[in-house]
Amino acid sequence: MEWYLPVIWAGLIGTAVAMYVILDGFDLGIAILYPFTHVEEERDLMMSSVAPFWDGNETWLVLGGAGLWVAFPLAYAVIMPALYLPVIGMLLALVLRGVSFEFRWVAKPQHRKWDIAFAGGSIVASFLQGAILGGLLQGIEVADRQYAGGAFDWLTPFSVFVGLAVVAGYALLGATWLIMRTTGPVQELGRSLAPKLLLAVMVAMGIISIWTPLAIERVAERWFSTPNIFFLWPIPLLAVLVAYGVWRGIERGREALPFVGTIVLFLLGYAGLVVSNVPYLVPPHLTFWDTAAAPASQVFLLIGAVFLLPLVLGYTAFVYWMFRGKIAPGEGYH
Amino acid sequence: MEFDPVLLARIQFAFTVSFHIIFPAFTIGLSAYIAVLLLMWMRTREEKYHRLARFWTKIFAVSFAMGVVSGIVLSYQFGTNWSRFSEFSGNVIGPLIGYEVLTAFYLEATFLGILLFGWNRFPPWLITTSAVLVAIGTAISAFWILAANSWMQTPAGHEIREGIAYPVDWLQIVFNPSFIYRLAHMLNAAYLTTAVVVLAVGARYLLASRHEEESRTMLRMAVGMIAVTAPLQLLIGDLHGLNTLEHQPVKVAAMEGHWSEADPGHLVIFGIPDEEQRTNHFEIAIPYLGALILTHDLHGTYLGLTDFAEDEWPPVANVFFTFRIMVGIGLLLIVVGLWGLYLWWRGRLFSDRAFLRSTSHMWPLGFIAILAGWFVTEQGRQPWLVHGLMRTVDGISPVPGASVASTLALFVFIYGVVFTMGIYYINRLINRGLMGEATKAPAGLPNRPLSAAEEATREATGREPGDGPGRPLTELKR
Repeated sequence: MEWYLPVIWAGLIGTAVAMYVILDGFDLGIAILYPFTHVEEERDLMMSSVAPFWDGNETWLVLGGAGLWVAFPLAYAVIMPALYLPVIGMLLALVLRGVSFEFRWVAKPQHRKWDIAFAGGSIVASFLQGAILGGLLQGIEVADRQYAGGAFDWLTPFSVFVGLAVVAGYALLGATWLIMRTTGPVQELGRSLAPKLLLAVMVAMGIISIWTPLAIERVAERWFSTPNIFFLWPIPLLAVLVAYGVWRGIERGREALPFVGTIVLFLLGYAGLVVSNVPYLVPPHLTFWDTAAAPASQVFLLIGAVFLLPLVLGYTAFVYWMFRGKIAPGEGYH
Repeated sequence: MEFDPVLLARIQFAFTVSFHIIFPAFTIGLSAYIAVLLLMWMRTREEKYHRLARFWTKIFAVSFAMGVVSGIVLSYQFGTNWSRFSEFSGNVIGPLIGYEVLTAFYLEATFLGILLFGWNRFPPWLITTSAVLVAIGTAISAFWILAANSWMQTPAGHEIREGIAYPVDWLQIVFNPSFIYRLAHMLNAAYLTTAVVVLAVGARYLLASRHEEESRTMLRMAVGMIAVTAPLQLLIGDLHGLNTLEHQPVKVAAMEGHWSEADPGHLVIFGIPDEEQRTNHFEIAIPYLGALILTHDLHGTYLGLTDFAEDEWPPVANVFFTFRIMVGIGLLLIVVGLWGLYLWWRGRLFSDRAFLRSTSHMWPLGFIAILAGWFVTEQGRQPWLVHGLMRTVDGISPVPGASVASTLALFVFIYGVVFTMGIYYINRLINRGLMGEATKAPAGLPNRPLSAAEEATREATGREPGDGPGRPLTELKR
């Protein structure tokens, strides 16, 4: 088997997951912030600021799932049963919040229940995405090419903590998005919440960075053996610097910088996870190569992806650009 | 308490996929209708087309949201509930799903943003282009999904090594023997189903003397569409049936309630199939018509259920009855199309109360027929998951029955709520009616882009959206 095909596909799926986390991150994030205001118009504006994008954003989740099936069927067939309950729970939570985008407007003036569904669904979905990540990091039992653990193996203090960290992280993306895209009281809301969320995210990232090498030996070995440590120490340092930049940006009333900085922070955290786990797709048993699809299948979709992904990125950028600029209070696209 | 994981996994998948298919079926048709309305508007500049397009776009938005969220569930459910099947078939049908995401999902989801939220920001040509792209996206989506489904019915272009399917010829995999028939049958079903909904809404307005100009346009377009697509569906269905007879004869035997090749080919109109006694009770049949349809020969013969081992049989009664529901509705819709044409010709299409009253209640018919049709083809595939290659019992995940049972309960509850509220809100949008001039600014707030939803609120409640419990808009700018 060509050794590089699975690597390319791992890169593609990794990119799709990163795109998903950032893009759906901010639209889940604004919903997580719903409980912090009770003013109907402010909630309208928060929802309107992401309404044209959420559907496209969530498509990256489909690409991540479908891509995993296409390129690494064995990994897909092991991970999904192992994380059965959190995956189904996340999907159901996404159902509730997704329909809220439309239902909430049609339901007005009796839309309170969809406020709750929107915020509650988003919080649950974000938490479970973190728990899924935590469950994957801590390792999955595999025997005879299939999942060999129980229904609740994923549920540990570690995965719960990662779940809470992801909720805080998405909320930070949402708050900085509001700073960038809105004005008035909604922007103020973003400004007042963002520093607290940033602090929470940095503490969580610090704890996870200490917890994983302590709990998982292969992670400690990856980071703290020579010569790796010489190349890897800039990652946490950069994260601290970027976080400081975001903090200053919020304080000085910068509008785009906090959001962009938060994205960089996410990417650095993501890079840390990649470093810890490469080349495992199902830690600690199965690698990219163990789980890869037939080369013919990987090539078949790769040919399409080479042409179609740039096209997708192009028109996604086009739509974001068309809807650029601030949304004034009271203005709905809807 | 003991759970049968296979049965539970099947029920869960059947439930989620049945719920899902309703919405794509509607949005495939409705996006095409909206695109046509907008093109007509661009060409004729008649405002009624614009008003109709905006009205249907709101209904489209609600249905599309339900379709999207229930579709995301499916892309993970192959892995959560059918992991052994996913590993077995991933090399072959995985890429087809991947192509669906890349060619269709992004296209629909991205340009939908412009179609739904761009009315007050962007020029008409961009809205129209987005509508056309969304319509094309939904049809491309159907292409790939039906290719994958058809491969499970009539697999081709693969080889099996060590219990896993490997691709040999992609053209054969995509254009497998039943694919073109299934694709045509489903797309035509989507257009027909949507036409029936449009007809029902137009009829409902005419009965209430509302939006008469637009309703006449809806009626004319819908009757024309039904008169073409309903008979066409019979023709495609017949060809599809012949294809099934060739590749999955036992499915046809169950559909027809045909027990043995030695039996004459009567067309069973009604009966109660009995698997144990291998006969139909209370049978009403038309002599030799079945043979005429399936073999084009009055005395032709075709295989019956007993010509196959019993462990090859699908659940006979389910396939038999759902097939009759689908065909019955199809025939009824042909009658509706002809009736509408006749009234149109006599100049009574907009005034015939019997026609308007009966068609105003017909909106669910297409959806019921689509669900019934899918039950026929999917249950008719049993006991196979991939026909001839993998049995359903061998495809499930190593997940405890209790997990499947508890998530199934959650699915039923949440989908139940979402579906009920979705239908209720679509009905509410229909009751509110068309909104008139789209560019009219609301009183007191000149030059502010008009929110369609706010406008809807105002129509429904007779008050400004800023009124009431929330603070007035001006106060927000503190």
